[in-house]
Amino acid sequence: MNDEFTGPAIEWARLWPLFAVFGTALVGVAVEAFAPRSARCLIQSSVAGVGLAVALVGTVLVALELPERAGGAARGDVTAGGAVVVDGPTVFLWGLLVVVTVGGLLLFAERRVDAGLPVFAGQASLPPGSTAGPGGPGEPSYEDWEHTEVYPLLVFALGGMMLFCASGDLLTMFVALEILSLPLYLLCGLARRRRLLSQEAAMKYFLLGAFSSGFFVYGMALVYGYAGTLNLAGVAVAVRAGGGQEVLLLVGAAMVMVALLFKVGAVPFHSWTPDVYQGAPTAVTAYMAAATKIAAFGAILRFLYVGLGDARWDWAPLLWVVAILTMLGGVVLAVGQTEIKRLLAYSSIAHTGFLLTGVLGLQASGDLAEGQISSLQAVLFYLATYGVATVGIFAVTTLVRDPGGEAGSVARWTGLGRTSPLVAGAFAVFLLSLAGIPLTAGFVGKWSVFASAAGAGAWPVVAVAITSSIIAVYFYVRHIVTMFFADPPEDAPVVVVPSPLTSVTIAVALIVTVALGVVPGPLLDLAGHAGQFVR
Amino acid sequence: MDDVTPFLVLSAILFSIGCVGVLTRRNAIVVFMCVELMLNASNLALVAFAKHHGNLEGQVAAFFVMVVAAAEVVVGLAIIMTIFRSRRSASVDDASLLKY
Repeated sequence: MNDEFTGPAIEWARLWPLFAVFGTALVGVAVEAFAPRSARCLIQSSVAGVGLAVALVGTVLVALELPERAGGAARGDVTAGGAVVVDGPTVFLWGLLVVVTVGGLLLFAERRVDAGLPVFAGQASLPPGSTAGPGGPGEPSYEDWEHTEVYPLLVFALGGMMLFCASGDLLTMFVALEILSLPLYLLCGLARRRRLLSQEAAMKYFLLGAFSSGFFVYGMALVYGYAGTLNLAGVAVAVRAGGGQEVLLLVGAAMVMVALLFKVGAVPFHSWTPDVYQGAPTAVTAYMAAATKIAAFGAILRFLYVGLGDARWDWAPLLWVVAILTMLGGVVLAVGQTEIKRLLAYSSIAHTGFLLTGVLGLQASGDLAEGQISSLQAVLFYLATYGVATVGIFAVTTLVRDPGGEAGSVARWTGLGRTSPLVAGAFAVFLLSLAGIPLTAGFVGKWSVFASAAGAGAWPVVAVAITSSIIAVYFYVRHIVTMFFADPPEDAPVVVVPSPLTSVTIAVALIVTVALGVVPGPLLDLAGHAGQFVR
Repeated sequence: MDDVTPFLVLSAILFSIGCVGVLTRRNAIVVFMCVELMLNASNLALVAFAKHHGNLEGQVAAFFVMVVAAAEVVVGLAIIMTIFRSRRSASVDDASLLKY
């Protein structure tokens, strides 16, 4: 054992976007403590906005400076003593996460859709329906208060996600998993409307999330028992060397995967997804559905490709089964849904399955045919198309409202295309993209993951994927048909005109979704330019 | 590996107890305690493997897990308390508005 402890070198030049995000979150906490209540909302949202802008610029600058490795097949550096790996895929995911978080921030700050009230509860500790003021009856009520803590929480979650997809060892991965999860658990419980549902969603998400992180830690311990190190590159060395207690590796890796698959909502670890997506405030759902999936797929790819790349034939069959179950489970359960947000939740489960199909496309770079899309490139591109469309579609669902909150039921959306063609049209475009219809981003994403999986010989999975895509088209298109070709109900829900915050989010998401469908080349090239993981 | 096997067996037993507890108990606080038991079982396994391999990584990891578990308690109890204040019950069966 070493007698002396030498601290790892921190490569600030590569890591500063990450530190900028965590610094922003800490500044947010300080603002919460010292700024007067009336000024907090403005200060908090500006601080978060500036922090995200700095992080985005930083990500681009870091991406431009990454050194080439392995003869140009990969770019990047192992930093912070092996704990954080900043490479091509990492900076791609960082950029994606920051962009999605900007969308989330804009939705968080929206207040015009609910008659000037913020989307979050005034005081989380109050029971639903109570309007008493801080000093009891007669005092000014909590109605006008708002939870400005949501902004630092959002930024903390982003920091955790950025660390999650960059983590070079399992311990960092676990800590990052918790940094991203804990703020999300809290955010889920803060809806101003339908508080009981929101609190229930928070509790379910928290208990199941904590349960799954227990699996992560025990799996991590077993992998450590096999390899003698928590570092993913070290695990890869031990796997390649073989020998030792194989059972520790297999059980440990399976338990780690349980936790990671829980985070992305793969069947059979999906049961929290519809409840949490429905119960959480829609702004949070939009952010969480997109960003968590991006970050967790970054971690899954890194764990499987870097740590267990040489044990591919051990994990691939199990992942086949999970991918098939996830796709079929998602689309079959989505068909019967009557709530918009639950429908989208099941559709997001199906998308997890499509992404897992892409993950199965792993091949050695020498086996790739000329011009063939690598699986990493395909999954990164799919994450971009899915993330953008998801933020957009949930943003649209906040606009259609009943007196008590959002019009959640699918039936309430009947005939919306006649009364508000603009909102219904945007919703339809996002649905078409999620369904994977040509000329939208979703089609190119689906095509690339299927192509990469087929190239690696996962034909049965691709066949199931195509079948489930067809079933999925049925319920997406059915929804579009009822929106445009049926009469609106007598007491049709109100379509509110949002502030520029939500409008800009929806418009940008719409433009990107269509643009990526028509000219996918640049982003596909960018994802390909990201190259391999650095070990 | 002989010298640490009993500790690993104990950690596996503790983890299983925690796991079964999460699945069968009805009170959110007790469910949460069972999750903590799972985390502590993992800590035991990490420390035992650290002894087996003769390096410190596992022990360091155990400290991190403890800190993270403490943070998790803060968030978890806050959520369970808001639920209790609005429902007067911390049973996971009572919170059943969201289903199917």
